[in-house]
Amino acid sequence: MNIIETSVLGKRYGTTWALRECTLTIPARHVAALVGPNGAGKTTLLNLAVGLAEPSAGSVTVLGGHPAGSPAALDGIAFVAQDTPLYKNLSVAEMLHLTRNLNRLFDRDYAKARLAELGIPLKRQAGRLSGGQQAQLALTLALARRPRLLVLDEPVAMLDPIARHDFMATVLTAAADDGVSVVLSSHALAELERVADYLILMSRGRVQVVGEVDDLLASHRVLTGPAAEAGNYTERPVVHVRRAEAQAHLMVRATADDPVPPGWESHPVGLEELALAYLRESGAAALPGPSRARHARPSEVTR
Amino acid sequence: MTALTLTARPEDDARLRPMPWRRMAWVTWRQHRIALAGMVVVLGGLAVYLWRTGLGIRQAWAADVACRPANSAACGQIGLFLTRYVPTEVTAGILLTLAPALLGAFVGAPVLARELETGTFRYAWTQGFGRWRWALGKLVPLAIAVAAATGALSVLSWWFFQPFFADNFGTPLAPALFDLRGVVYAAWTLAAFAIGALAGMVIRRVVPAMAATLAAYFGLALLPGLWLRQHYLPPILTTSNTVPNFAWTISQWYTKGGKFAFAGVQKSGTNAGIEQYWCPNAPPSETLGQCLSQHGYTQWTAYQPVTRFWPFQWIEASWLVALSVLLVAATIWLVRRRAA
Repeated sequence: MNIIETSVLGKRYGTTWALRECTLTIPARHVAALVGPNGAGKTTLLNLAVGLAEPSAGSVTVLGGHPAGSPAALDGIAFVAQDTPLYKNLSVAEMLHLTRNLNRLFDRDYAKARLAELGIPLKRQAGRLSGGQQAQLALTLALARRPRLLVLDEPVAMLDPIARHDFMATVLTAAADDGVSVVLSSHALAELERVADYLILMSRGRVQVVGEVDDLLASHRVLTGPAAEAGNYTERPVVHVRRAEAQAHLMVRATADDPVPPGWESHPVGLEELALAYLRESGAAALPGPSRARHARPSEVTR
Repeated sequence: MTALTLTARPEDDARLRPMPWRRMAWVTWRQHRIALAGMVVVLGGLAVYLWRTGLGIRQAWAADVACRPANSAACGQIGLFLTRYVPTEVTAGILLTLAPALLGAFVGAPVLARELETGTFRYAWTQGFGRWRWALGKLVPLAIAVAAATGALSVLSWWFFQPFFADNFGTPLAPALFDLRGVVYAAWTLAAFAIGALAGMVIRRVVPAMAATLAAYFGLALLPGLWLRQHYLPPILTTSNTVPNFAWTISQWYTKGGKFAFAGVQKSGTNAGIEQYWCPNAPPSETLGQCLSQHGYTQWTAYQPVTRFWPFQWIEASWLVALSVLLVAATIWLVRRRAA
């Protein structure tokens, strides 16, 4: 089942396309990371998926074919928006009661137990909690709805490292133990290595890379060799070239079994390295299906 | 982290039944109880003021009615109670006029504007209840609450103004007082609330939405008194020199030989010269018509009789309620349509 499926989805604000020609599928039971620089269209895509925004073009379905924003979609998706908006004047207990009243399912025992574990007092006003506690409260409210899909928009952007770690641990527990699918957007690349098993890379309103993290890592290599010969490599598509003094590092779409030119070394890539290479080459793309794979000639970046 | 796990999600129904409306009751109450409490305090204060001053006015009026012989000098002194209480009446009128506007601004406008301004709409509109049902579940109970509260106040205001009308104060159809009594008072409050809700949804910020609500409400409130109300039913025309008691005179003019001669002094006041010409020693106005008719002029008066008070109340209340329903529907349509 696809937890999110879009087809030539586009969203225009005024005359600016925040998202365009977005066709992708995110399979269920994954932790999918939506990565890209500011203004790449991540929030727009998430808003469309949770039904807050209406598409200007194309379509988006969730939870295996339900239109975004339909009753079934709202029932099965919990969304934690950027900066985790809560009613600041309500107490934590009242936020629980509010969320319980607004949803068909609400696991109050789970929510209370988790808040107790986090040391968040039920009587405290939501606005007087620390940033990390507010984020944890928003996440707890979302998870207590027993969603099938949890959507998080820049969940840890405002948090300190410890709060970040605790937050992501909760998300991963829900994903691993309870089978909740997760889609989260972030520009904190280092976080994702540990967390995500599905990657969607976006820039300037377009989707650049979509796929399982394992598949993406297995199909990319970094070749290191003499800088003078960097232009001669044509065996496999080159995503990005980085020159460092006499040596050049080529990010190529190749597997460990592909031949390596003499004088060159082949290394596996990390997720952060891969993401960075694509983000620096907004023309390059790695999308599933041969018809959609585009390979622009990479520019050369000299360090 | 310990292994706190969620209980299994029950099998999803093939068709999700909408969540019951009563679930929204607590939500609406909890989020707007301060606004509602503020409304009770303000309207309660106004009610106490009307009640206390109203009792004094009633006593003075009763003394006036009971005074014998009615045309004695002593009774004349008591009979001046109207002049004595007119400032009170004006104050009460102003306070009663402000109340619906303030309710629209302070109860209606923040309902959606606050959510949009603070970003909490992204929480509220992604819950299982559904966003347009959430908006309806907030707006309808609040609208009923403000209309019911001002409806109750209008009963008191009826009681408060009664001695003035009983004492020939003027016509109950007069623009300044017509909408402070009867069913239209609650209807105007309802309209103010609906204007506030829509302004909040369109403007998305609390304070500008409140300001816009006040401006729009007062703009709308001026319309009926100035232009609309006199046309609710066709005015009655008479050539008699007197109109029935408490009638609302719309206009007066004179004809001679079947042709329009000049407008009545009541409307324009520019034709005093003509009247001076024909009736140089112009007596008090009730005989002015007689004087002019001796010179061949016919006096025409268009008026709305006081018996139309309740028909006019229902006509005005009906279009205000219809307008409010339209505005609330537009608000909910926007909630449904609005791109985040």
